[in-house]
Amino acid sequence: MGARRSRADATFKVIVIVFASSVLVLALLFFYEFGSAASQTLRLGLSFLSGSEWNPVDNVYGVLPMIYGSFVTSAIALVLGVPVSLGVAIFLSELSPRTLRAPIGFVVELLAAVPSVVYGLWGLLVFAPFLRTYVYPSIQSYLGFIPIFGGRLYSSSILTAGIVLAIMIIPIVSAVSRDALLAVPNSQREAAYALGATKSEAIQMSVLSYARSGILASIILGLGRAFGETMAVVMVVGNTPYISGSIFSPGYTLASLIANEYSEASSPTYISALVEAGLVLMVVVLLTNLAARYLIQRLGRNREAASYL
Amino acid sequence: MPVGSRDSGDGSGFAALNELGPGASPGAGIEIKRLCAFYGRKQALYDIDLRIPPNQVTAMIGPSGCGKSTLIRCINRMHEMIPDASVSGQILLHGVDVYGGSMDATDVRRRIGMVFQKPNPFPNMSISDNVVAGLKLNGVRDKGRLHQRAKECLEKVYLWDEVKDELKRSGASLSGGQQQRLCIARALAIEPEVILMDEPCSALDPTATAKIEELIAELKTQYTVVIVTHNMQQASRVADHTAFMYLGKLIEYGETAMIFERPREELTERYITGKFG
Amino acid sequence: MTSRRALKDRILIGLTFVCVVIAIVPLATILYYVTVRGLPAISLEFFTKVTPPPSVAEGMGNAVQGTLLLVGLATCIGIPFGVLSGVYISEYGKNLFGRTVRFFGDVLVGNPSIVFGLLVAIVIVSPTHGYSVVAGSVALGTLMIPIVTVATAEALKMVPNSIREASTALGVRKWRTSLLVVSNAKSGVATGALLATARIMGETAPLLLTAGSSTLWYNGLWRPVASLPSYIYLFGISPFPDWITLAWGAAFILIVIVMGINITVRMLTRRRSDAGG
Repeated sequence: MGARRSRADATFKVIVIVFASSVLVLALLFFYEFGSAASQTLRLGLSFLSGSEWNPVDNVYGVLPMIYGSFVTSAIALVLGVPVSLGVAIFLSELSPRTLRAPIGFVVELLAAVPSVVYGLWGLLVFAPFLRTYVYPSIQSYLGFIPIFGGRLYSSSILTAGIVLAIMIIPIVSAVSRDALLAVPNSQREAAYALGATKSEAIQMSVLSYARSGILASIILGLGRAFGETMAVVMVVGNTPYISGSIFSPGYTLASLIANEYSEASSPTYISALVEAGLVLMVVVLLTNLAARYLIQRLGRNREAASYL
Repeated sequence: MPVGSRDSGDGSGFAALNELGPGASPGAGIEIKRLCAFYGRKQALYDIDLRIPPNQVTAMIGPSGCGKSTLIRCINRMHEMIPDASVSGQILLHGVDVYGGSMDATDVRRRIGMVFQKPNPFPNMSISDNVVAGLKLNGVRDKGRLHQRAKECLEKVYLWDEVKDELKRSGASLSGGQQQRLCIARALAIEPEVILMDEPCSALDPTATAKIEELIAELKTQYTVVIVTHNMQQASRVADHTAFMYLGKLIEYGETAMIFERPREELTERYITGKFG
Repeated sequence: MTSRRALKDRILIGLTFVCVVIAIVPLATILYYVTVRGLPAISLEFFTKVTPPPSVAEGMGNAVQGTLLLVGLATCIGIPFGVLSGVYISEYGKNLFGRTVRFFGDVLVGNPSIVFGLLVAIVIVSPTHGYSVVAGSVALGTLMIPIVTVATAEALKMVPNSIREASTALGVRKWRTSLLVVSNAKSGVATGALLATARIMGETAPLLLTAGSSTLWYNGLWRPVASLPSYIYLFGISPFPDWITLAWGAAFILIVIVMGINITVRMLTRRRSDAGG
């Protein structure tokens, strides 16, 4: 076999490299374009991030209410969605009869296939009115003394958006947790059972703690997903740029800000404000994804450390 | 509940209570009657009848696949955790069938402890937390008591001196031999009557193995020990009684010396002399 | 074991089952409402007529046309770039460049879709002074690239190295070997491409910023265009009941196609993984 390289080989390699660079080009474009937009808006100073007034008419751009909204809706999504997702993951990995495992897992995955705008439509026209009529009054009657549960009840609100997001993150959180649980070696479970543990005790003792970093990674991925979610949120969050003390009030998120107002943005300052909001959004989601990747890699290393032979 | 103090008089070795020294708490004898075990429809054990004497070390030997691991997993009801696995027959602990209605599987496993082939301490727990893990399950919360028990059990397995300054380290940070002794300590902490060992030394080096064999010899004063081993020299070193199994059947059982020097069955003799397995 | 422990065990196990139900119920209700409210809106007129505001709702033919057009063009960008990038990562990229491509591919997969729309809005829509089919297709296409890249790279990773080695050993050129590997993984690659297509079919946010919307039939690559997802949004938030019904109808069509692709693809891959190995 000589060192002669065929022209076809070289051509193919070049083609492939060129196409693969598209990924890098994309990444670079993101950082360049968003970075330059950010430098434009930085003329407005850091008040962009800390300002709580958003008034394009008067050229005042403060996205604090949107940052607040994005974080609070994501937090609600995690508080409600993570326990359910963990329950699903534990059921599928430890408790379910073998024949049910595939069908149930499949159905849960289908939740991820529903387009965001359809969640939004259903959320706006069916779920939010339902919550507003049957659920929110009861919550307020029991918990209304706590300020975040006070105030007037709206159907489009931070809480509604949070609940819809909770449903939307179930597929990813349960899938990644389930992988983490399945990766726990059986010898760990046996050790717990041999001590006389019940099924739930064994799961707590041997499986959940072993899979800790994988579960944490799944939660972080869920956070990233909830933070970046646009259409479902824009249809049920109320799109009101104010921070309210109550989660029953409408709010605004970074993503829904952009979706809602970009078409009306007239002045360059307005547009670059929206682009910078996009930058903040992208950076937060990027950080969560990197953190999750790091944890998942460490999970792989942990497994090696724990195999002592 | 009656303590194993019967002398059945048939030479099977059940000791009377007063033959054990003062202060030694007796382990329990186990009687296995017509035990059959299945994986789905495949039968793995055929009508096993066996009496395991208390406070003695009984070894189960035989070639791979003979059913010795299956047998001990039936004793502490771990076999049934495998999907589609089933069991018929009786296993009596203190005269009470562990498969009978009066005993919960979790109770059985508390009273019959198990040590596995590959040491499996909980890596996310400290050394002391590993030891008392079983105690916590049974509701013991008092930190003082837990620490005391951890110290006692670690001393019993000769691990205390090696780890006493590092009790907070992860259970998985020890060497293989130390981990296995930790697992034994963990099994001892809940005060079982019987300790089952499934090839406990096969993953360890000779020095660690020797330490564990010494430990086994001491454990029998307080517990009944059943050890599965594929190493015949080990069986002749540590066991008082030996059972030889082949293809799911109990071929021969008796005092270790007898089995190794004057086996009754030809199959036993062929295995002992290395003609197969 | 105390009855309290047994009760706690049963409750916790029951809770996990409740979680499964909670996870499945929303899917069921969404499918139910979309069908019940959307199906009545589907008729021949839905596909052949258009609804210029503020008239009575008649049809969304332009949205169907727009979606087909946008997705069709997007796949022309997304699939070639994505598959070839995946091929590079898997077959040529064991170097810094390859690892960087893989890294950014993974990172961009998680990027919110609206941010893709923003990028294209800056790069294409602003200079060309308006929403266009081109901008929309580019937005969807670039959104697809990372997804298809990662899926392809993963699918190719599954092809055993022995195939590459055998091919090279026979003197086959590298580019032909790579194509051979791809054809071995063709179901995985096709799955990735199909699922990515289903995904972008439902994407709305990027289109709002790039393709805008239109109340007319397609009338030029550089003009705005309607699409099913954007119509679901725009008609869904309108105050007119007949428009809302059309929105449900569009949602129904979209769900049927997207779920249809997902279910078919996943069932086909499952069957292959059951049969094959």
